[in-house]
This record gives sequence, C-alpha cells and structure tokens, in this order.
Amino acid sequence: MAHGHKLEIFRGLVKFKSNTQKIWGVLAFLTFVTAIEVVLGIYKPAGLVETHVLGMKLLNWIFIILTLVKAYYIAWDFMHLRDEKSSLRRAIVWTPVFLVIYLSFILLVEGDYIYNVYKDGFVTWNF
Amino acid sequence: MDTTVTTGVKENVWGGGNRPLGASYGKLMMWFFLVSDALTFSGFLAAYGFSRFKFMDIWPIADEVFTHVPFFHGNYPMIYVAFMTFILIMSSVTMVLAVDAGHKMKQKAVIWYMFATIIGGAIFLGSQAWEWATFIKGDHGAIETKGGRILQFVNAETGERVALADFAKTIPSERVDHERKNGIWFYGETALPSFSVNEVVAGFKANPNILVRTETIGEDGHKTLLTRQESLDKLANASQVVEGANLIHNEYGSRLFADFFFFITGFHGFHVFSGVVINLIIFFNVVLGTYEKRGHYEMVEKVGLYWHFVDLVWVFVFTFFYLV
Repeated sequence: MAHGHKLEIFRGLVKFKSNTQKIWGVLAFLTFVTAIEVVLGIYKPAGLVETHVLGMKLLNWIFIILTLVKAYYIAWDFMHLRDEKSSLRRAIVWTPVFLVIYLSFILLVEGDYIYNVYKDGFVTWNF
Repeated sequence: MDTTVTTGVKENVWGGGNRPLGASYGKLMMWFFLVSDALTFSGFLAAYGFSRFKFMDIWPIADEVFTHVPFFHGNYPMIYVAFMTFILIMSSVTMVLAVDAGHKMKQKAVIWYMFATIIGGAIFLGSQAWEWATFIKGDHGAIETKGGRILQFVNAETGERVALADFAKTIPSERVDHERKNGIWFYGETALPSFSVNEVVAGFKANPNILVRTETIGEDGHKTLLTRQESLDKLANASQVVEGANLIHNEYGSRLFADFFFFITGFHGFHVFSGVVINLIIFFNVVLGTYEKRGHYEMVEKVGLYWHFVDLVWVFVFTFFYLV
C-alpha cells in the first residue's frame, strides 16, 4: 500500500491523476450501475423477462452480473485489492468464489428437486 | 540450515518480520476474518436461494412488498432501497477518502471523513429500522388458510389491492384479548387482529367486486386472481386473519420470505451497527492524535476494510432480496 496506487481502471482505458480522483470516478461508476439496476427493476422490460437463459430470466442474469461488477470495483478500488500483491489477491478472491459456486450449485439443485416433489409428488400443501 | 539458499540474502527467514504477502499482520487477519464472514453471508443467501427455488412459483414479489417511502403516500417500489444503497456506497467513499488522507498524515481531513462515514452509517441504520417497522406493521392485511397459504384481496375493477379495513363487516362479538392475568395458567396471547375471519368473509360476500388473489405466480409473472366462485371456495378454508409479518405469519406470502428477510437484513444491520461502533472508537483515537503519534494510520485502513465489506454484502443483499 505504501508503494503508491495504481490509478487506471477499465484495463487502462481511464487513468486518473490522483487517488482521490479515482475514488470519485469509481463512485460515479457504481452509482451509474445502481441506477441501471433500479430502472430495470422498476420497468422490467418484457423482452428481458420473457427470455430465459440457463433456466433463469435474462433480467436476473443481468442483475447478477451487474452486482458482480459492482463487487469487483468495491473490492479492487475501495478495499485496495488492486494495490495488493497478486498472491494475496488470489487467496482472498478465489477461496470464496470456489466455495460459493459449489454451495449455491448444490443448494439450488436440491431446492429445485424439492419443488418438483411438491409439484408432481403426492403431497398436498397448497390448500 | 547453513545449506539453505535464500534469495533475500539480508533477511533472516525464520526470525520473523517477513511479509511474503506484503501486508501487515493486522491487515491480513482482517482479510481472513472478512473472507470467513463472506462465507457466512454466502451461506445465508444460498439458503435463501434454496427456499426460493423450493417455492419457486409462490414466492412473494419484492416490488409488491417494499413499496413505501417515508413521508410519501403511494406506491414507489425500489426507490427507498436504492436510496439506502446509495447512502452506504457514499459512506464507503468517505471512508476510503479518510484512508487516503491517513496515508498523507492529514489528521484534520481524516477526522472529517470519518465523521461523515459514521453519519452515513447512522442514516442507513435508521432507514433499515424504518423498513423493518413498515414490514412488520403490514399493508393491506390478508387471510391465512388452513394449509398456511396466504389469500390477499384485490378490487376486480381497478386491479389494486384492497385493505381488510375497506370491506370487512363489523360483527359484535364476545371475543376479547386473553390476557395473562385472566388465565388459569400462565397463558397470554398476542394482540388480536383488527378483524375476525367471520367479519372478513361476511364483508367479502357483501362486496361483489372483490376477488381473492393467491400466492401462485402465473405465466405472465403476476400473482393469480381467482374468479368470484373460486374465491368463495378458497375462503371456506380460511383459518385466521394476518396483519403484517413476523417469524410465524406473513401477510405478504410465504412465511419463509419474512424469516429470511429478518435474518439476513438483521445480520447485515448488526454488521453495520458494529461497524459504526468500531468507526466511532477509531474516530476518537484519531481525534486524540493516537495515530499521529504512532506515525501511521493503518488502523483507519483496517476499519475501512470492514466498512467496505459491509457495503459489499449489501450490494448482494440488495440484488437477491429486492431485484431478482
């Protein structure tokens, strides 16, 4: 951290003059992404809701991807991961990423299975 | 160990003081804690996803649950949560500015930025308290069936929700709140709802333009409306009146939704609260000049990491509770 900050974001597309400027730039970007999410959440464009990708609405995929984008910039620029050694960065990022993908895969598949049991099995629950 | 070749010739490998990851002990420990805390939150959110997939076609639609904004009447889904998100991101920005000022050893600037961060945290906590209160108090009221499902009421002409108070009849009844002091044993009960099931059913029969809305989500992504006859059939299974939400009953739909709402936003709110407290402690240390004497502001950086983490978690809670 004491070795100064890396000041470019978007893979070098935007380069800031100082760390303070970079912070405000990242804020502007995060606000922009949140605004897109809120507008999409309120209007729910029909085309995005009706299209399904991998069993989920396209709109939901967009929300999740935008969330990951926001998480990336919070961790990289606010939490200074961009300035840390890559070994530390990888230890911090890939451990949860691997475990979370594993856990959500298992739980969501299981949840879907129970949904089908409730739907097609001989269980009365909606009365 | 004489034969061991080390590249950093001047350092004593086993004597301590090395920083292979280029971060101090305290900062590393903060990161380890944050990673484990991130896994805890992921566990909660994955459990939420499990329950939601299990009840995929009856899950409440967040846009219809969180519709209020303080001081304004009307239907404004998402607006207030978006505001809360912005507040939290904003307080993250002042925090990172405080860290930046700390690197430059500007005590005054650190004080003001930390102060702004604490105010932001307090506003967020207040907003969340309001959000909880609104959710607990409830909106229109509903009927719970014997199977534990929720029946809501809709005006057939406008398609808008109808509150129980708008159509329920008043039938004089002997039923009063059973208080503990009147009990034979140590029983009391929670406050009675404003209307009894009979009053709601009688009111429903008297108002032909009201229909029942079930929890089931139809093909078009909206909750299914029943016809008048189906509504009456459904109401035959009514077991109690539900107003608002708690851990056991929930007028908005599946009770698991309320359980997860209280649990996840509550756990997150607790993190925000402890973050504010820790920020306050560091704030006073900055004011007293502790870090000025120490020669560096690394403590500010460490609480900063925690504070950004709280923001990071909220970004995910926001997506999975309010958007998806």
